[in-house]
Amino acid sequence: MSGQVEDLLARGPDAVNVGVRDFAEALEAQEVPVVQVEWEPPPELDDDVAALLEELT
Amino acid sequence: MTRARVLRGRYVDSVVLMRLARELASLDGVDDAAAMMGTDANKALLADGGFLDGPVEAGPNDLVVAVKGASGEALGRVEELLEAPAAAVGARTLAQAAALRPSANVAVISVPGAYAAAEARTALELGLHVFLFSSNVPLEQELELKQLAAARGLLCMGPDCGTALIAGKGLGFANAVRRGPVGVVGASGTGIQAVTALLDRFGAGVSHAIGCGSRDLSEAVAGATAFAGLEALAADAATSAIAVVSKPPAPAVAARIRAWAATAPKPVVLGFIGDRASPPTLAALARAAAGAAGAAVPDQEPPEELPHFDLAPSQRFLRGLYAGGTLAYEAQLVLREAGIPCSSNAPLRGERRLASVARSEGHTILDLGAEELTLGRPHPMIDARLRCARLLQEAEDPQVAVVLLDVVLGYGAARDPAGDLAGAIGEARALAARDGRELAVLAHVLGTERDPQGLRRQERTLRRAGAVLLTTSSAMVEAAISLATREPAAALVGSAR
Repeated sequence: MSGQVEDLLARGPDAVNVGVRDFAEALEAQEVPVVQVEWEPPPELDDDVAALLEELT
Repeated sequence: MTRARVLRGRYVDSVVLMRLARELASLDGVDDAAAMMGTDANKALLADGGFLDGPVEAGPNDLVVAVKGASGEALGRVEELLEAPAAAVGARTLAQAAALRPSANVAVISVPGAYAAAEARTALELGLHVFLFSSNVPLEQELELKQLAAARGLLCMGPDCGTALIAGKGLGFANAVRRGPVGVVGASGTGIQAVTALLDRFGAGVSHAIGCGSRDLSEAVAGATAFAGLEALAADAATSAIAVVSKPPAPAVAARIRAWAATAPKPVVLGFIGDRASPPTLAALARAAAGAAGAAVPDQEPPEELPHFDLAPSQRFLRGLYAGGTLAYEAQLVLREAGIPCSSNAPLRGERRLASVARSEGHTILDLGAEELTLGRPHPMIDARLRCARLLQEAEDPQVAVVLLDVVLGYGAARDPAGDLAGAIGEARALAARDGRELAVLAHVLGTERDPQGLRRQERTLRRAGAVLLTTSSAMVEAAISLATREPAAALVGSAR
């Protein structure tokens, strides 16, 4: 077992929630620390802009 | 009068869709309302439901809202209703969240499948384990994610992972299960929920339950996460026996798991449900796993005494309306074991697929959580409306003797799933009675007393509504067979409890 898995099982979840907010609320109800990420789908770009962005990042 | 509106590029998750539809439907002058993402399947559903008068220009990333009723004002209030409630929100991206909380060790991801792998990859690169609830993630992306996780010593639970329990805390849809000596690895969400809730009921308890996702035991993925989970539980001091719950894996993967189990340092109970060498039902698996961990397992309960139902000769069929996919699967296995053919929208290999999911034929087992029914709208574990409507439809069929309902409790599930069904159960029975028939409604509640909804409270609600409660999902199917065939339950599948 890797150190990270051992840590997860020993310490329990300490979570980041990306998506459905109810999952974060369920974690909070179980006293699991959780940070909610406000996720939105990336905007649809035309191919030229996407290629430019790809180069920049 | 129907009216529809499209909000372009407005993505909202399924839970918000459900709230929005409910809130719109409760406004004055609105008879009914629907809110869905604009996939082709959903547009067809809206049209079938009488919500659209003509074609609507919308794509999968557009929100479509439609109302029936005299007032068109409701549609103008969508933005206001969509305003997110004040929340403990931290971040716009995973990286920001991880920076805000350096002690974080797992990312719970439930964004649409097309975007899920990118988020999961970011999480793994940040050193976080991943619980990936999203489905519809391409196979090659799953393989990449699991390779990356293995290289970094991390767990990638999913994609399409419904449930996990880590150190007593549930991720996704999970029950409040007491901690105990049994570790679980599972490829199915409701399968893990059923087994862990029963381990709680038997007094044994669960150390950890590691979900691996519905495709993990396929030949292509080769159990990448299952093996990581098995190794972790083998080394875990809190775990004294291990249970595996899944449909039968690809043969080569099953053989490798069997070989691993044969040399494991702890007892391993392989619950490949449907495989001849495995316990025949989820309840039998939980019982065997509790026993392997040295827990004193209570004796098998005798078959429940069913009340008498005044069934007409025409009432010969059973109809299972399931929210849990694995429970629908198990129901078909129990029927097959009893020699009773059935149809399903998610049939076992070799069984009959329904011509249309909208119409039952003979004995029918429906998985109402199947992908074709949940694209862009809430799962029946969250939203009972589809199931209530179907219950009434079945009640009108003079050939139906008995309807089966599974009611799943726990974190992530509806706040009062029994209450959401109770009205429709009473109405269905009354509808049949008006036609001179008695309709039997059987229910099984999957949950624990410590679940937010409370097992006994939920069972009481269903009983009051007129349902007969069974303690395991397989016992419910046996009881339904007994009613539909007029054979005593004990004569049916004695071993399959």
